Amino acid sequence: MSTLVVASSAGNVLVWIVWVVAGFSCLAAGVAVISFTNPFFSALALIGNLASLAVMYLLLSAEFVAAAQVLVYAGAVVVMFLFVIAYVGPRHETPWSGGPGWQTVAAVGAAAALLVEIVVAIGLEAGGSLSHSGEVGAAFGSPGWIGRVFLVDHLLAFEITSIVLLVAAVGGVILGTHVRRVQGEGVAG
Amino acid sequence: MLGPGVAWYIAVAAFLFGIGALGVLIRRNTLVVLLSLELMLNAGNLALIAFSRHFHNGAGQIFALAVMAIAASEVCVGLGLVVALNRKQLSLDVDKLSELRG
Repeated sequence: MSTLVVASSAGNVLVWIVWVVAGFSCLAAGVAVISFTNPFFSALALIGNLASLAVMYLLLSAEFVAAAQVLVYAGAVVVMFLFVIAYVGPRHETPWSGGPGWQTVAAVGAAAALLVEIVVAIGLEAGGSLSHSGEVGAAFGSPGWIGRVFLVDHLLAFEITSIVLLVAAVGGVILGTHVRRVQGEGVAG
Repeated sequence: MLGPGVAWYIAVAAFLFGIGALGVLIRRNTLVVLLSLELMLNAGNLALIAFSRHFHNGAGQIFALAVMAIAASEVCVGLGLVVALNRKQLSLDVDKLSELRG
């Protein structure tokens, strides 16, 4: 019995250590994304942010979402960002330089107000009840369970998501080709 | 549940959302503004998954997957706009993009 308690508390400490590392690297990578002058480095810092978020998803027993996060974001979204940054060329820009001083102060004030608002809203709504979460079964968050929930209970959301993705792909193609045609007409005329 | 309670995850999500909002507000480069938007969407995802774990309800994880698809769509259209702006030799500075202003 005491061995079980010791093992459980050791596991608890281990999860805390993993959480602290993941949480701080997540926030540090977030700060890095918005403070690098070169957008290329910002996109690379976003990968660190996504990876540490995936670790936290694993701690929250959301295995499938963690895998999808790494695949979709690091595999597709960040690669697309890197391609476009390479296409438009390096455009350095220092974070705090644009606009008059009062705008910067107002921006910091607005971001801080958002943060305070979120903390106050969640604290008031769910203050004490968030401290204790029960155990979940091993199936919670696994691919099979996600598939059943997604395709049985939330089928409409699944179908609408596919339509949104299709529309976005068509929009991307139209944005890409329209300009070329206008330029071609300009050259012909 | 081992380790920190759900409230700690929500705190990280709130701070991450604040960092992303600050990035959207202080940066002028369209690409970095889009990257900061990704930070905000990810903060929302983290909060959704934390609440999903807390309430033992799968809807939060489904919502997070839908948010990922929306984020991918947003990046597709946003980067398409950036490429189109670049082709027309327009500036990518969000302060100088005022052609739509009436």
